[in-house]
Amino acid sequence: MSIFKKLFVFIKPYRKFCTLGILLSFLTIGSNMGLLITSAYLISWAALSPHIMELMTLVAGVRFFGISRGVFRYGERYLNHKTALHILGKIRLNLYQSLESLSPGQLTTLHSGQLLGRLLGDIENLKEVYLRVFLPPIVAFLIFVSTAYLLSLFHQYLLLNFLIFYFLATFGVAYVTSLVYKGKTKLTDTKEVLNMTLVDSIRGLTELLTSGRTKEYQQKTVGQNSKFVRFKLEFAKKSALTNSLIQLLNGLTLFSTLLLGILLINTGKLKAIWLAPLVLGVQASFEAVFGLSQLVPNIRESLASAKRIFAIEELSPQKPRPVNDGNSLIGHHELVVSNLSFTYPDGKQPAIQKINFNLNEGKHLGIVGAIGSGKSTISHLLLKFWDYQEGTITLGGKDLNSIPENYLWKTIGLVSRQTYLFNATLRENLLLAKSTATEQELLEALDLAQFKPHLAQLPAGLETKVGEGGRKLSGGQRQLIALARMILKDPTILILDEATEGLDPITEAQALDAIRSLMANRSIIMITHKLTNLNKMDEIIFLQEGKIAERGTHQELLKEQNFYYRYYQLAKSYHFS
Amino acid sequence: MTFSPTFTIGVCPMINQQLIKLAKGMGNSLILVILIGSLSGLLIIAQCFLIAELVDGAFLKEQGLTELATGLSALLSLILLRAFLFWAGEIFSLKGSLQVQTKLRQTVLGQVFRSGPLSSRQQDTGQMISSLIDSVDALEDFFARYLPTLALAGIIPLGILIIVFPRDLLTALILLLTAPLIPLFMMLIGSLADKWAKKQWHVLGKMNSHFLDVLEGLTTLKLLQKSLKQTKTIEQLGREWAETTMGVLKIAFLSAFFLEFFMTISTALIAVSLGLRLLTGNMDFQTAFFLLLLAPEFYGPLRNLGTQYHAGISATKAVENVFRLLSSSPREVQFGERPVNKEILNKQIKFENVSFYYEDQRQALRKITLSIQPQEKLALVGASGAGKSTLLQLLLGFAHPQAGQILIGELPLSAFKPESLRQQIALVPQKPHLFRGTIAENIAFFKPAATLPEIKTAALKVGLHQIVLELPAGYETIIGGGGRSLSSGQGQLIALARAFLLDAPLVLLDEATTSLDPVSEEAIQKALAELLKDRRAIIAAHRLATLKQVDRIAVLNRGSLVEIGSQAELLANEGFYYRLLNSYLGKTSD
Repeated sequence: MSIFKKLFVFIKPYRKFCTLGILLSFLTIGSNMGLLITSAYLISWAALSPHIMELMTLVAGVRFFGISRGVFRYGERYLNHKTALHILGKIRLNLYQSLESLSPGQLTTLHSGQLLGRLLGDIENLKEVYLRVFLPPIVAFLIFVSTAYLLSLFHQYLLLNFLIFYFLATFGVAYVTSLVYKGKTKLTDTKEVLNMTLVDSIRGLTELLTSGRTKEYQQKTVGQNSKFVRFKLEFAKKSALTNSLIQLLNGLTLFSTLLLGILLINTGKLKAIWLAPLVLGVQASFEAVFGLSQLVPNIRESLASAKRIFAIEELSPQKPRPVNDGNSLIGHHELVVSNLSFTYPDGKQPAIQKINFNLNEGKHLGIVGAIGSGKSTISHLLLKFWDYQEGTITLGGKDLNSIPENYLWKTIGLVSRQTYLFNATLRENLLLAKSTATEQELLEALDLAQFKPHLAQLPAGLETKVGEGGRKLSGGQRQLIALARMILKDPTILILDEATEGLDPITEAQALDAIRSLMANRSIIMITHKLTNLNKMDEIIFLQEGKIAERGTHQELLKEQNFYYRYYQLAKSYHFS
Repeated sequence: MTFSPTFTIGVCPMINQQLIKLAKGMGNSLILVILIGSLSGLLIIAQCFLIAELVDGAFLKEQGLTELATGLSALLSLILLRAFLFWAGEIFSLKGSLQVQTKLRQTVLGQVFRSGPLSSRQQDTGQMISSLIDSVDALEDFFARYLPTLALAGIIPLGILIIVFPRDLLTALILLLTAPLIPLFMMLIGSLADKWAKKQWHVLGKMNSHFLDVLEGLTTLKLLQKSLKQTKTIEQLGREWAETTMGVLKIAFLSAFFLEFFMTISTALIAVSLGLRLLTGNMDFQTAFFLLLLAPEFYGPLRNLGTQYHAGISATKAVENVFRLLSSSPREVQFGERPVNKEILNKQIKFENVSFYYEDQRQALRKITLSIQPQEKLALVGASGAGKSTLLQLLLGFAHPQAGQILIGELPLSAFKPESLRQQIALVPQKPHLFRGTIAENIAFFKPAATLPEIKTAALKVGLHQIVLELPAGYETIIGGGGRSLSSGQGQLIALARAFLLDAPLVLLDEATTSLDPVSEEAIQKALAELLKDRRAIIAAHRLATLKQVDRIAVLNRGSLVEIGSQAELLANEGFYYRLLNSYLGKTSD
């Protein structure tokens, strides 16, 4: 299977560790077999009253195995876990590299599908793929081969008997288990329904209490719960077979070995002294089989996780990316968009159609329209989140597709509504944009972004830990830091995609004023549905259903008394708090 | 994410009292599981005895198959019975576990319903959900596996000791002396490893949180051209993490070492001592072999306990979560039995010196005094956290104010039956919850008996009808968890439609703070105007257009009432409201 092969690629570099680990695991079980076989032989021989000296080798053997088991176990645990952790590290790194090579657009899609969270869960699942999926069958096989060899020294019937039962206990049980697990989806679905009702009960608590329907929902969970319990027991009745089948086969192997042994002794084909060691040895060999009892569910789980992780690799960037040739100099930075159309990979309707605009250096452009009118699509295409399908975009006369992404992202900066702050200090978050920035520069950027009054309230100042996703700061504060970050980055073209969402109107206006004067000779694209702070824009494009419905300055558009005017009137009734 | 618990360490976690209390909920199943366990213990001993007898028969007594046939068939039936008991034991322990979980789910849910939305802060819903779902799920392995294993670890070795003692004192002593050492060493080493892990938690937790952080912000990193640099950091952190984890495991695995060591070394000791006594004729083979067979069975259950360690640890954590939720005793909300009708809700509503604190002692409302006249529409204005939502929730009877009182007409709010009161109030929450079900069911949430034509009328009034018709299954489209997701604007329209359908005399509206685009805003404003027509309303307002529809405005600041009056009065006052509005209007009218 190709997924197994891919997983194996991660294991391969550690084959020395693996070999040693497998050997130690084998010796751990082998020691126990050795202990029981020599002990049984010791007792059997002692019963025949030999001279004490004849027993000394056996006594030494028993003592050796008595000690070696613990030592091998420790070594095996240590080495195999170490290998597992290294393999996990490689898988994690590989996942990061695959994700890193995706276009921002593809990443956004993964985000919105909550796939990233799932991938982290998958990495957790793969933590023990080596320990749970690869190691046990190999060890079981080695134990099988060596036990079979030992038995072949005695009689072929004993060997044949062992082959049959070992085969049944491994492949037979695995087959039964895989049949059982096919019915698990029904169980998972039932649990999912119950979970959804429980989530509804908590998230919809206010509505439930207000409508007086809490009892009804409690009843609903009781019903769904008992259905789940019924399915769960039904499933368990089958899945519990795995362990008890192995138990049964273990007992039957012991029984048949004993029976065969007695028959062989009766017919003079086996020395009677070997009966006890053989019985105990065969039974002890089943320790390796018990290690396989969870193999089928583990394989299922690991394969499903691995499949999702490897699927990311398949999502390679749409078009080969031009190689970064350092700072490929572009004389000027005029952005020309002509006849641009784009349909999302999963979309039916084009998101934008025949968009045209020029953004010469120093021009400040506003793009406005309702949610879903295609505003953000334009900014995403300018930043090559996606490859556009029709029309052209040129920067400094060069086709966007021929410009290396590194250069493009250095030139065009984006502050969007989905600001992300890293779980680090404020300073570290700012330095991401310009690692060489001085203290002075950092403070100036925060000042321009109107963060100064907020900074004064943070006792640790720039060293403030912003928390996971910046959650220790308010939404507005996060936006201001994102603005400061972009001020530090100092791009030639700045895209503000609803960047001031969540700010109070005064701060918003001040921050935008500061940025406008900072960018006086450079270009700005301001995307908004709020229609505030647009009066100083050189041109405003009004989008409707992906098409340009109107364009002009704020004053011109108001005079037209058309789309923009109507929206503007509506927007005035907006939030004030 | 702290020390990864899935690595089997092999320590007996402390059983706390809460877990024992829960275990009693297993009822008969627990007794059955213990019975089955004891019976299997007996069978193991019998099996060992039979094997010893059979081997002795064939080996020393030189008996043939005919003489041994009875013993062999007894052995075969024992083996079959043991396999069956093993299966039955698993089923009964699962059954008991499911009983405990079922009971716990209902208890937690009941607690959530009793406490109401005011006792838990909104941010805690995630925590509550994880307690109710993940933590309760995590208890399964504890009751279904760990507890039975624990019981067996007590019963089987004891049974074996009883058998061994009269037969051979030396073997019994070896077993008796080593047995307590195993759990003792496991516990000592376990707590040592735990301490070590806690010391290193910073490094151990950093890897996962950093990885998550980087993935979440990958787009940002790419645009700032810092994403490639992270490859190295991840590699390095991964290596650090692996090393630290191994440092902890190095200690933790010592318990596995000691477990195996004690088990095998004492088996070896027993074998050697038995062999020597056989040699001197102080013992017969059958007894010696029987004792040798019993030795591994004696330690087996203790080893199994080690492999179930994980279930024990995660259960302790899970049960902590659940009990934290259960122990936050809800404030008893005592209400009267008086029914509420439309007339009562048309009387004056009065807040007299109302103060309210959250459970964490934060004050939400400070001595609010205000009265709302019949037919009046009142807007509450103020920053988030000013107390607007709390005021609305007190009116719904989700909690009593700690000081002051709310009067409806002459009677305190607490005299009325809350269910009856809520029937007469249409609530439009800030973030309406869409339940899993059809759109029709969701619109009819406050009035489940509504007919489809009534539902459609309500949808028409808020401008939702056309949107619903465009969905593939129309009013039968499944929304909510796992269903089709709606935009937040559409969610708000559904909340308004719910209020329409209920047709209550009083509307409590908690306006959404997030801004929508003009098209959606217009739709909502239109629907709202329609809803407020001829109805009394109290509105936590965020929109200017809404303020134009109310009679009076109450301005709240940090839980206190700052100003109250009509729009014109407040503007003339040039106070808090004036400044608030000017800061906004000043920026949009340019």
